[in-house]
Amino acid sequence: MNKNLERLYNGIIRENPVFIMMLGMCPTLAVTTSAINGVGMGVSTMVVLIVSNLMISLLRKLIPHEVHLPAYIVVVATLVTVVQLLIKAYLKSLDAALGIYIPLIVVNCIILGRAEAYACKNPPVLSVFDGLGMGLGFTLGLTLIGALRELFGAGTLFGFQVMPAFYQPIGIITSAPGAFLVMALIVAVMNGASISTRANRKVEGGCDGCCASCAQRCDTPKDASERGEEAKV
Amino acid sequence: MTSLALVIVTTALINNVVLNQFLGLCSFLGVSRQIKTAASLGGAVIFVMTIASGVANLIYTCILQRLGLEYLQTIVFILVIASLVQVVEMFLKKAAPAIHGALGIYLPLITTNCAVLGVALNNVTDGFGFFESVFSGFGTAVGYTLAIVLLAGIRERTEGNDVPAPFRGAPIVLLSACLMAIAFYGFSGLSLS
Repeated sequence: MNKNLERLYNGIIRENPVFIMMLGMCPTLAVTTSAINGVGMGVSTMVVLIVSNLMISLLRKLIPHEVHLPAYIVVVATLVTVVQLLIKAYLKSLDAALGIYIPLIVVNCIILGRAEAYACKNPPVLSVFDGLGMGLGFTLGLTLIGALRELFGAGTLFGFQVMPAFYQPIGIITSAPGAFLVMALIVAVMNGASISTRANRKVEGGCDGCCASCAQRCDTPKDASERGEEAKV
Repeated sequence: MTSLALVIVTTALINNVVLNQFLGLCSFLGVSRQIKTAASLGGAVIFVMTIASGVANLIYTCILQRLGLEYLQTIVFILVIASLVQVVEMFLKKAAPAIHGALGIYLPLITTNCAVLGVALNNVTDGFGFFESVFSGFGTAVGYTLAIVLLAGIRERTEGNDVPAPFRGAPIVLLSACLMAIAFYGFSGLSLS
């Protein structure tokens, strides 16, 4: 298979950030009260992810290893600010719905994770496709969860009435506790279907979904040994 | 004074950072196996979040607002928080080795905890002054600690239970969090004025 297409497949299916890797849980649970919010958040994140992958891939030989994390954070934060200002200017309703979660894309583990795991070691075109695949996978996941919660919690889909009139919407699904409930059921269904996710792969004491430790884990072994030597000195 | 107490109750219980705003979920789900570690992480979060809220507020009002650079808040806050955690760690190592021993390993984890950045940004959105920001940071962190310690308690109990196979692991933790969120949802009925 073409390498670029392979990246897309990897992001959307094999390493889907929402369902398989379970990264970026905060936005996944917080903004998926409706399908359209899911799309909005997914696309905003995808734009940041594609451009940050491109920039970091272009800068990969210029950024010294010692300061690579701060450098990545500056790149990502700049892009997020650009996206935030664009949304504020042109998509007022989306800005009102997503609010603080737009600037919080900075700390979304998917973005720093891809920078660490892929963009810093691969050429620009492949990195862009990696970002596109991961972004599409994220958007797809958020839209799906958003659609489920909107369907059962409000009886609508993208704002249109779908459920028959006698259906009594389950209000709690669209409120905060419902997010945990829907996610729990989704993971349980995936466990039941024996789909291997990061949640059921046993990683004792490993990354375990924690963003910062994830960035540490994603360092290449070579870096780790270098760091070990530094520590000894 | 009452307004500051209100800020704490609101941030800790009514708008609980984890169960209502979904910030800091990664560590909430990841580091809640045991009450002891959860409480240590909570302590570290209280420490960092209180300081970070104050520092972020000072930088916003004294530098960014004065120069008309409010749009740089995201970049500035995340860098300030990241370096602040480093400074706090170095300071604790020298000044209070006992506290550093207990909380040290959790401090780097907090750098990218979205709750810290979230509080700083929320304080700006809410137009909080310095003291309100500090109290809101403290209250939010107390809410976080409360939630993660409670979840750890539930997880210690459910560890040995006979959970249906598909629900073992992450789903049962998420379900526990869901029930806790429903309980905390009750606080939104508190009328404070």
